[in-house]
Amino acid sequence: MKRYVLYRLLFLLPTLLGALTLVFLLIHLIPGDPVDVMLGETAATADKEALRESLGLNRPLSVQYRTFMFDLAAGDLGRSLYERASVTEIVRARFPATLELALCAMIAAIAISFPLAVLAAVRRGGWIDRSALTFSLFGLSMPNFWLGPLLMIIFSIQLGWTPVSGRGGFGHLVLPAFTLGLGMSAILIRILRASLLRAMNEEYVQTARAKGLSEQRVWLKHTLRNALLSVITIMSLQFGSLLTGSLITETIFSWPGIGRLTVQAIQTRDYPLVQGCVLVIAVSYILVNFLTDLAYRLVDPRITYGE
Amino acid sequence: MLLLLGTTALFAPMLAPRDPLSQNLDQDLIAHSREHPLGTDKLGRDLLSRIIYGGRVSLLVGMATVTLSLTIGVAIGSFSGYFGGLVDQMLMRLVDILMAFPGILLAIAFTAVLGPGLDHVIVALCLIGWTGYARLVRGEILSLRERDFIHAARALGGRPKRIILRHLLPNLLPPLLIQATFGLAAAVVAEGSLSFLGLGVEPPTPSWGSMLNDGRQFLLVAPHLTTYPGLALMITVLALNLVGDALQERLNGRNR
Repeated sequence: MKRYVLYRLLFLLPTLLGALTLVFLLIHLIPGDPVDVMLGETAATADKEALRESLGLNRPLSVQYRTFMFDLAAGDLGRSLYERASVTEIVRARFPATLELALCAMIAAIAISFPLAVLAAVRRGGWIDRSALTFSLFGLSMPNFWLGPLLMIIFSIQLGWTPVSGRGGFGHLVLPAFTLGLGMSAILIRILRASLLRAMNEEYVQTARAKGLSEQRVWLKHTLRNALLSVITIMSLQFGSLLTGSLITETIFSWPGIGRLTVQAIQTRDYPLVQGCVLVIAVSYILVNFLTDLAYRLVDPRITYGE
Repeated sequence: MLLLLGTTALFAPMLAPRDPLSQNLDQDLIAHSREHPLGTDKLGRDLLSRIIYGGRVSLLVGMATVTLSLTIGVAIGSFSGYFGGLVDQMLMRLVDILMAFPGILLAIAFTAVLGPGLDHVIVALCLIGWTGYARLVRGEILSLRERDFIHAARALGGRPKRIILRHLLPNLLPPLLIQATFGLAAAVVAEGSLSFLGLGVEPPTPSWGSMLNDGRQFLLVAPHLTTYPGLALMITVLALNLVGDALQERLNGRNR
């Protein structure tokens, strides 16, 4: 296990470094003078120089990169131009809301997909199977920037069952979590159903049946448990989609998370804040994938680094 | 369904009942009328015409993105898989770094700094799109390059370029076609997402994503501004996913 962790860390570090480098280069991709773009061309020269100095844009690229990395190591993501506060503090304040939404979306996705996938596999070819696959197809085809407003029209405006926007109790979470989780549930239904059908053809399942175990026990104790392994990987990959999807879902429902913060930063051309938000989302995704790799090894000790 | 959508997009100037940019502030936010079957938006522009023209933008961006991503991905994946070595390792590390960013986050970040615009959207989506094709092609070539027919081609004096183009790539057409179909669906949704966030095509050019964003402020009084463009987008993506599923079943089934 130690060797596996070491190998994974060796693989993680260059990827992390590369991702951080790409985020650093973002501001330098702004066409023309980044300071002009951020402050506007009519801004006072003194203000432009002050911003250039604070962002380090008047120094050589290698010096800027070194400063960026050292500041990052110290947890300093720079200062927001619009809010005139530390990016680290702003992001730290907003991240819990996104985490709450992402976790609830994942719970919603699991709650929808697992029962449907199991029923679809058990009753393969039947109406439940066909309905589950149709639901999955529609879920994959429905973009969240349409689903969200549609749900808002029906449940918040027409029926008045849920609040329209904002963060609060359970009522505020329902629509955003469902909007964000539907795409994930659509994928999970397909993956889990395929895994279950594959597992059903394994010899250990035939042995379990030959021993006289009930169908329920065969499904729940043997088949489902082994089928879940491939689902773990997909769920971690989908966590990234939840983080990216939060940009749109949080904007639609005015959910005060890091996704909405990123969109607001883009609209106000607050590039240090954009940089900080993108960095936090990317690093979170990389770390979740890393932890999933470790969890996978714990669940199935047969997994080696090569796999 | 897909043929109908493609034809509608191609012949938009003939099929759209009105100019999608023509404004009439006296007839703003109408739900339905004989003149405007799907209603009008906040500037009195015909929604049906804007949806038809919006489909053009979405399919154009989708096809351009897939074509460019496929070309870049196949070129890099082929080179990487066939020759291997240090260049392969470096290219795959680049792929890992780009794929370390979830979903379209990198595309959002790039269009945020480059600014909105059709060309910027295509560039940003290609930047993340090629990696999937490169990995697929590299993986397949790694397994095919040691097969007997490739050894025979080398023994007969075949050059790497000829071996890749004549012998290796034709075997990759089925998985590439499947991935390209799903890639087109993903690109259409991605363009819609970017336009929704104000990073896609610039107004007044109609785009389904920007129409959905504009419709958000009128959910109470004009829900049709959100319903119809979204429905058009969903039908397009559904059609592409159905074709992708059918291709997967047919081509993968044939290969078993």
